[in-house]
Amino acid sequence: MAAYAVAAGQAVLVAALAPWLLGWMRAVRARLEGRAGGRFGQPWRDLRKQLRKEPITPADAGVFFVAAPPVLMATSLLIAGAAPYVSTRGPLSGVADLVVVVGLLLLGTVALALAGLDTGTAFGGMGASREMTIAALVEPTLLLAVFALSTRVGSTDLAAIVAAGAADPARVISPVGALAAAALAVAVLAESGRLPVDNPSTHLELTMVHEAMVLEYAGRDLALVEWAAAMRLSILLGLLATLFLPWGVATSLHPAALAGATALFAVKVFALGGLLAAGEVFLAKVRLFRVPELLAGSFVLGLLAVLTASVLA
Amino acid sequence: MTVTATQVVDVTADTLADHARKLLDGGARLALVAAHHDPPDHPGGAAIRVVYLFTAGPPDRRTELHLRTDPDHPTVPSLAALSFPAGRFEREMHDLYGVHPQDHPLPRRLVRHPHWPHGWHPMRADAGPRPPLAATEPFPFLTVQGPGVYEIPVGPVHAGLIEPGHFRFSVVGETILKLKARLWYVHKGIEKLFEGQPAGSRVGLAERISGDTAVGHALAYSLAVEDALDIPVPAGAQRARAALLELERLHNHAADIGAICNDVGYGIAHAHTQRIREQLLRLNQRTTGHRLLRGAVFPGGTQLAEVPDPATVQAIAADLADLVATALRNTIVRDRLTGTATLTTTQAADIGTLGYVARASGLPLDARVAHPHTDLADLAGLTVPVYEDGDVRARFLVRADEVQASTALLASLLPSLTAGRTAAGAGAGAGSGSTAGSGSTAGSGSTAGSGSTAGSGSTAGSGSAAGAGSAADGPRSGVGIVEGWRGTVVHRVELRPDGTLTRVKVVDPSFLNWPALPVALANTIVPDFPLTNKSFNLSYAGNDL
Repeated sequence: MAAYAVAAGQAVLVAALAPWLLGWMRAVRARLEGRAGGRFGQPWRDLRKQLRKEPITPADAGVFFVAAPPVLMATSLLIAGAAPYVSTRGPLSGVADLVVVVGLLLLGTVALALAGLDTGTAFGGMGASREMTIAALVEPTLLLAVFALSTRVGSTDLAAIVAAGAADPARVISPVGALAAAALAVAVLAESGRLPVDNPSTHLELTMVHEAMVLEYAGRDLALVEWAAAMRLSILLGLLATLFLPWGVATSLHPAALAGATALFAVKVFALGGLLAAGEVFLAKVRLFRVPELLAGSFVLGLLAVLTASVLA
Repeated sequence: MTVTATQVVDVTADTLADHARKLLDGGARLALVAAHHDPPDHPGGAAIRVVYLFTAGPPDRRTELHLRTDPDHPTVPSLAALSFPAGRFEREMHDLYGVHPQDHPLPRRLVRHPHWPHGWHPMRADAGPRPPLAATEPFPFLTVQGPGVYEIPVGPVHAGLIEPGHFRFSVVGETILKLKARLWYVHKGIEKLFEGQPAGSRVGLAERISGDTAVGHALAYSLAVEDALDIPVPAGAQRARAALLELERLHNHAADIGAICNDVGYGIAHAHTQRIREQLLRLNQRTTGHRLLRGAVFPGGTQLAEVPDPATVQAIAADLADLVATALRNTIVRDRLTGTATLTTTQAADIGTLGYVARASGLPLDARVAHPHTDLADLAGLTVPVYEDGDVRARFLVRADEVQASTALLASLLPSLTAGRTAAGAGAGAGSGSTAGSGSTAGSGSTAGSGSTAGSGSTAGSGSAAGAGSAADGPRSGVGIVEGWRGTVVHRVELRPDGTLTRVKVVDPSFLNWPALPVALANTIVPDFPLTNKSFNLSYAGNDL
């Protein structure tokens, strides 16, 4: 029972933190660019505003358009609850292995891409086609990078990997860890639609990837999509943080350990988010046809990580 | 300053093409085509009269071909086969005046969308109030067919603060096969608003033709009025105008440099160019009392609140140069700009592009050199940057170099300027509204030399001088040519002897540059369109008057 409470708590934690993380990253970037920028809480205010407005469905849209926001939100909540962010003793450990997590991420992506196609607008289809191109290159990298970490544990269960890392942090700092971290970092950038793959702050429809798919959403639906997208960023940064900086993740269900782990998780995610935002200041968006080169590079890193892991093991 | 005499040649429908070919072969470009709906009391009688202005330089040469059309069935032989811009001017003229271009290869509407009433030509004197618009609008586009080809319609309402334009992309995968830009959503009847007004009272309207080219249009208009009415302008005022033109170039180029960077996601450069542009706008505010430099230029002179310190401008330009260098050091930015949307020199020349678009494609066109309004000695420090590549990077670099060239020019111009009002006979009037009065008196008082009636006498021999040489009591015409920040701005005015405007024709460089955008975009990928569009940064308002 306590395990389920922890899982629910994790989901709530990620859902609550995600908009703050976005606000924090925007603030970091604004400051580094010499702008005043908006307030930390602005994404939350935007969500509150959107949640009060009625959703509008395009005349030509069908079931995929209506279903995508709840599906996207549900997958995000499920990953947030299942992944070993705060505790490795979740109720779904043993089930929630890396294949499930990557599959759930992909389910959300596909749901949104179908919704983009479902609107029948050129922008929706354009965004969906670009998103699927990127997803087809990103998901294998995500799998490979985590798989490299799983070989030394002998399990694809994320909780087992993190628990092993938390027990022996020295093992994380290894050639395998470095290669996998690099591969995963690039995949995270692409999956969450950040520079240099996608520009989350653009208003130019023709250059959009993620935003182009969700142009037709309004009101509550838009709030759900944006919220879930923010959560996916937190989820991915959280994975990066727990897999490669597993210190402090609770391996028991002791309240003090859980509280400490929660605080540490927030700190790690915000630190990674700040780093990402700072890095983005120096980046521009690469030409769309260069994105596959970048992602192929990260795939090769992932492959090397797996090879290194099997050779060193 | 020297007033360059405009050669006027009266032609007939049969001789037009020969004259035009001779002029074009001689290196001239067709700068402007204007129709005039002459009333019955006009010396030539009631008819539609078409003026073709050809310009070349240096040295400054301006030739006008005047063609009087049939009063009942106005037609002109199309020059579209000789010059691409001519074909566009003819379509515009057909829509606004009902002058039919014979044998035009593309006799479609240009300015008037299909829901505008048929047979109603708003610029004609007898147009009357507009009949009701058709409720539905046929919207035919050339359909590109083939496996996997689809269309992306964008606009006319866009995200962000830009003007209306509809873009129809025919795309396969991400590659643009064909782009059709439909503009002309903002027809305001500006040229008509000039008519019947005293020349001096309409400089404010000229400033607002395209908001970012306040000085360019005000100066072109003022030069045209001065040309027509023989208004003397002190050398100091002409230098001040040259300086104002460069200040306008600076703030627009600063904004564009940042916007190009922003369109590749390099936000930090955008943030800093916004800061730099704000410094320039505040400098403009101190210089003229208006952030976009309005109110400083009027027929007869200039009005400066304060002369900027060259050191201030130099410091801002150095800041901008630093930023440009930083942006180009970023390999992703450089990669995005290089080789994107190339406009070849041949294409640029055939289309008749102007300004930085032409100079980025290897055409060294600059009206400051070809048609100087100020003493050439004042422009001694002027350099005209030219790049051959014709891609976004070239258009970016031309702007970056022009910022430095403008700053160098300002450094030599500014020390010789004085604050306050600089105009000949400044005592005659204080406001710009009364300037026309003083100007027209000066004009009619001076009995200029060879006296053939400019632009109207059907018996006038070829080679008579218009404007400067008009008879005191006849209609007068004048031409103003200015290198605005976006390219060469041309105004041609016709006035009655009392200084009342009867016709103003405005050509913003955007009118000639817009057709180059789809050409440059062929085989470019869709996500590079916004970047390319920004590198052209054409005006919708200046295009659709």
